[in-house]
Amino acid sequence: MHKYILRRVLLLIPVMLGVSLVVFTIMFFTPGDPAKIMLGERAPAEEVALLRTQMGLDDPFHIQFFNFVKNAVQGDLGRSLVTKQPVASEIWARFPATLQLSAAAVLIAILMGIPIGIISATKQYSAFDMISMVIALLGVSMPNFWQGMMMILLFSITIRILPSSGYGTLNHLIMPAMTIGTSAAAVITRMTRSSMLEVVRQDYIRTARAKGLSERVVINRHALKNALIPIVTVVGLQFGGLLGGAVLTESIFSWPGVGRFMVDAIRTKDYPSVQGGVLMLALTFSIVNLAVDILYAYIDPRIKAQYK
Amino acid sequence: MSNTTNAPATAAVAPVAVKKRSQWAEVWRRLSRNKMAMFGLAIIGLIVLAAITADFIAPYDFRTQDLNAISQKPSAEHLLGTDDLGRDILSRIIHGTRISLLVGFVSVSISVVVGGGLGAVSGYYGGKLDNVIMRFMDVLLAIPSILLAIAIVSAFGGGIINVMIAVGISSVPSYARIVKAAVISIKENEFIEAARAIGASDLRIIMKHILPNSMAPIIVQATLGVAGAILSAAGLSFIGMGIQPPTPEWGAMLSNGRHIIRTAWHVATFPGLAIMLTIFALNLLGDGLRDALDPRLKN
Repeated sequence: MHKYILRRVLLLIPVMLGVSLVVFTIMFFTPGDPAKIMLGERAPAEEVALLRTQMGLDDPFHIQFFNFVKNAVQGDLGRSLVTKQPVASEIWARFPATLQLSAAAVLIAILMGIPIGIISATKQYSAFDMISMVIALLGVSMPNFWQGMMMILLFSITIRILPSSGYGTLNHLIMPAMTIGTSAAAVITRMTRSSMLEVVRQDYIRTARAKGLSERVVINRHALKNALIPIVTVVGLQFGGLLGGAVLTESIFSWPGVGRFMVDAIRTKDYPSVQGGVLMLALTFSIVNLAVDILYAYIDPRIKAQYK
Repeated sequence: MSNTTNAPATAAVAPVAVKKRSQWAEVWRRLSRNKMAMFGLAIIGLIVLAAITADFIAPYDFRTQDLNAISQKPSAEHLLGTDDLGRDILSRIIHGTRISLLVGFVSVSISVVVGGGLGAVSGYYGGKLDNVIMRFMDVLLAIPSILLAIAIVSAFGGGIINVMIAVGISSVPSYARIVKAAVISIKENEFIEAARAIGASDLRIIMKHILPNSMAPIIVQATLGVAGAILSAAGLSFIGMGIQPPTPEWGAMLSNGRHIIRTAWHVATFPGLAIMLTIFALNLLGDGLRDALDPRLKN
């Protein structure tokens, strides 16, 4: 068991190195001179050249990348070209807001998605099933950012019960979390339903029913446990979509998180900040998936057995 | 295998050509009995029709600004109202179908060709090459796809070509995985051995024998992928990184409507509905295709 966890944790290192390489390469080939952006268009050429040397921009690609990784490991992601502050501390200051939003959204997604999926599966082709499946499909089809705007239109502008932007209170959290959470809920509902439907056809479910167990016990104890594995996978994967969705949603609701920071950075061509933001969100996503993989080992005895 | 001579990919997209081939006829028969999928297909048909005939059916020119009719609410004259420059929203949405369909199909084609190619090579040859390719795919999968797309367009700039490339590349890994799995499940079959025995080259075996037999999961993923690509492209345009105005792209129209949402709700509402309807139809068709291509999965 420990061997399995250790193996998965160690795998994170090459993946993150790869992610850094991909992101660094993209940013490396970006047209535009960071030194010039930092000093302004009218800065004298000597000053720009000096700053380029200081920032190591004249070094060959592999040395720049090596230095980037070396610094990143020590928690230094370079300086923002706009605010001149360390990117790491800029991101760190905003990270709790993004985490708070994502956690609330995941909670909404799980609390809505799994129960609705189970009821849909147990009452297949019922009116409840049909209606919730159409709504779930609409939820999957709706652009996040549009849903956010429509919620602002309804709750902030028309009936005026929720603030359209800002941060701090529960009221501020509701709309952005619902925006991201409901679309993830739609995916989870669909997955839960199909996973449950697959399981309830198995022989052991028939056996459980045949021996006279109540339907509630059959569903909760026998079916759900086995249906849970694909559901957990989807929840983990949704987290990635959710972090991506946060980028758009945060800017709609002026939520002071990493996503909005990145969108602002893109507008001002502040590449180190974009790079740092992508890395940070990719790391978060990888850690969540790692947690999901470890969780498997606990809910699936078959995996546990392999690593005894 | 009877279905290895022609490329069934075209047969699946254009059901007209299905007659000759019993397997695809069977798929079409199952699909056509699925009312929801047919509904989706009908909507997609209408959207394609709108894209083709946009110049004739749009009531106004999508570029013409009418400064006497700025941000007008929906009326008999402008069915969906006008935007902040007095342009007719319905006409812009109709012309926007071209952009969205183009972006959707081209992006997915990029993902299918690149991802499918990598997956096929990886699954067919295995070994070190497989390891290198799949580890690289793992790396790409670790970056949420919209973030990867954002990184690419922020580096290389917006515009329709870059958006298609960015969105296409960001979903390469999922196709690579699907194709790899399909190739592995097929390559051990006897007809592959037979092809090899008569001296067919690797390329020929992959293109003519393996890929046509692993079309089902690719078609399903591609149908759902078009929906995903349209959504991603709209998202990029929404944050100003995608297709630039005055092109009537739905995401950009939404973004434009966002600033005037307090006074003109309709400017942001209708392009969003257009996106939702398109994605909804593609998802219906994708779900239906999955059930039709693999009845075992049907719930």
